[in-house]
Amino acid sequence: MLDDSAVKFETDVETRFGFSRRDFMKFCAAMAATMGLPKGADAQIAEAITKKERPSVIWLHHQECTGCSESLLRSEHPTLEKLILDIISLDYHETLFAAAGHQAEAARKAAMEKNKGKYILVVEGAIPMKDGGVYCKIGGQTSYELTKEVAEHAAAIVAVGSCASWGGMPSTPPNPTGSTGVGEALGRKDVVTIPGCPPNPYNILATIVHFLTFGSLPKVDELGRPTFAYGRLIHDNCERRSHFDAGRFALEFGDAGHRKGYCLYKLGCKGPETYANCPSILFNDVGTGSWPVGTGHPCIGCTEKHIGFEKPIHALATLKTNPPTSYPRIVEEQGTGASVASAALVAGVAGLAVGAGMKIAGNLGKSETKDGE
Amino acid sequence: MTVNRRNFIKGAAGGGAALATAAVVSAPAPAQARPNKEMPPHAVGLLFDSTLCVGCKACVAGCKEANGLPVDVNTADALWDTPLDIGPKTYNVIKLYANGTADHKDQEQNGFAFIKKSCMHCVDPSCVSVCPVSAMTKDGQTGIVAYNPDICIGCRYCVASCPFGVPQSEFDTPTPKIKKCEMCRHRQAEGKIPACAEVCPTGATIFGPLTAINEEIARRRAMKPGEANVFERRTIGSGDTHERPAATYVDHVYGETEVGGTQFRHMAGVPFEKLGYPDLRQKSFASESEGIQHTLYKGMIAPALALAGLVFAAKRASHIDDEHPEE
Repeated sequence: MLDDSAVKFETDVETRFGFSRRDFMKFCAAMAATMGLPKGADAQIAEAITKKERPSVIWLHHQECTGCSESLLRSEHPTLEKLILDIISLDYHETLFAAAGHQAEAARKAAMEKNKGKYILVVEGAIPMKDGGVYCKIGGQTSYELTKEVAEHAAAIVAVGSCASWGGMPSTPPNPTGSTGVGEALGRKDVVTIPGCPPNPYNILATIVHFLTFGSLPKVDELGRPTFAYGRLIHDNCERRSHFDAGRFALEFGDAGHRKGYCLYKLGCKGPETYANCPSILFNDVGTGSWPVGTGHPCIGCTEKHIGFEKPIHALATLKTNPPTSYPRIVEEQGTGASVASAALVAGVAGLAVGAGMKIAGNLGKSETKDGE
Repeated sequence: MTVNRRNFIKGAAGGGAALATAAVVSAPAPAQARPNKEMPPHAVGLLFDSTLCVGCKACVAGCKEANGLPVDVNTADALWDTPLDIGPKTYNVIKLYANGTADHKDQEQNGFAFIKKSCMHCVDPSCVSVCPVSAMTKDGQTGIVAYNPDICIGCRYCVASCPFGVPQSEFDTPTPKIKKCEMCRHRQAEGKIPACAEVCPTGATIFGPLTAINEEIARRRAMKPGEANVFERRTIGSGDTHERPAATYVDHVYGETEVGGTQFRHMAGVPFEKLGYPDLRQKSFASESEGIQHTLYKGMIAPALALAGLVFAAKRASHIDDEHPEE
């Protein structure tokens, strides 16, 4: 029999989110797993999501293709409309908004006013800085002005996608619009970046849910990337890694090695120099192989500045082996010295030789004496 | 009669005279080294470019597969093939040079570099020179230094003679063989190339006729560091290429002159002494040792005379015994 609180909880979740408690707990567990949180964190997440007021999220778009939003729309547990309408309060999002024009801008201003210092700013797209930033304008404001205005009173800034993280595709040399990432444009170091083209939706979700649950952003590396998602090279967890180690490479698309699933390094795979969790959590919730390398295309290094969109797709990756491990050194000490048994054996043989030598020497002396007689 | 001082001096003088005579008869000049041997006419070789190597060890795995070699475990858990050096179970190995923080590739200070170790296929190999039974041979056309276990008597002179420590004997069997890289001659006989060059993903190990290898070395030495250049994989002229910025090379191609030249050449961004490749002279060891040995043993005159001298001395020293027949 369920106690009252459980019944209440269940009712809350079902009425508010429109999906069963079971599905909700599955979502919380998935989030905890994505972030590598310890056991029990799923319960904490569940509590945070059900009890706390939905955090306001203002989502800005600049120089981008909306692929990051598209990626987020394709997350399946739960379906994202539930999340963005019920778990977070998405108060401004140019492509998902029903409102338009002045109405939309008014909604943004109202949300900023109401949740001053508490809302989350999510930025999608690079910010052009050249020529006063005229290359991207929303509601009469340049991307830079708009971002600066919203960032001022944001509790946290999350840069979603490579464009917002470090400039992405718009910043590809010669970078005609001077586009750059949010952190660089605003001169701030506390921006959480979730690079990728597009980034995995669960990395975005998990970062936001972490903030919601613990009141702080997840641990990040020196580039502002959450370490739960960007702590490892793609190469480290790649399903084709064994082929790399054994020297089995696909040489061209469709050849025998390619059909057998050999390593794509020779086709220019950037997995050995790209940090992301793609091989671990995959895309689109459709099962194994649902990520670029899994489908037979080399990784293009979309999360990494100076690699994605800059290094030619078929150029060989530079292995991130520094500092390198697991190699024999130039001079390797080998062997373990003499064992007691072998030393005893050698000593025995040497003793015999000495004894025999003495005996022979003795006999020689005798024969000489005989000769002399 | 005992060997008294007088007889001893006489015998020694006789032997010495015999040796001196032999030297005068056989050698036009004092024991003289022959010149280094010439590169065979259709020499094939390998080029290892340390700056291209990414340390994937595909060559080590490829070599083991092509030559049917067992795993070489050296860790406590004995889980992985972890050769520490070349040996009876490993014909080539990728070794690591690391200094300080080891942050930058191909840099001597606070950097790291990979280097391959395997048979250098010397133009004038010591192992072939010292082998008393011609089990170790150098192909007259391709120059591959090969080993024939059916002829080998197991003396291990080749092991001791090699300045690179390449030929190694098995120590875990009562019928040991010498094990070393033979440039995949069994694969070359089938029209294939050595496995290490076949599998290398970056063209760090590349195979070809030595003339082409020399041209490729000259091309790489002329490259401007940092400038994009095309590098071939597998063989020179394979058309299987990739582009990358050229590295800064040290002004030394290992194997061009060392001990009379080798058919396996190395290029690197770190001085070779740091990479475990010794600073060797240009004169081959074989040329000198063969000069001395062949002079001494020419026509067996010197040994025959030396023996005659010894026999004479022995006879003089022991003739009294003949007067007392054995009982």
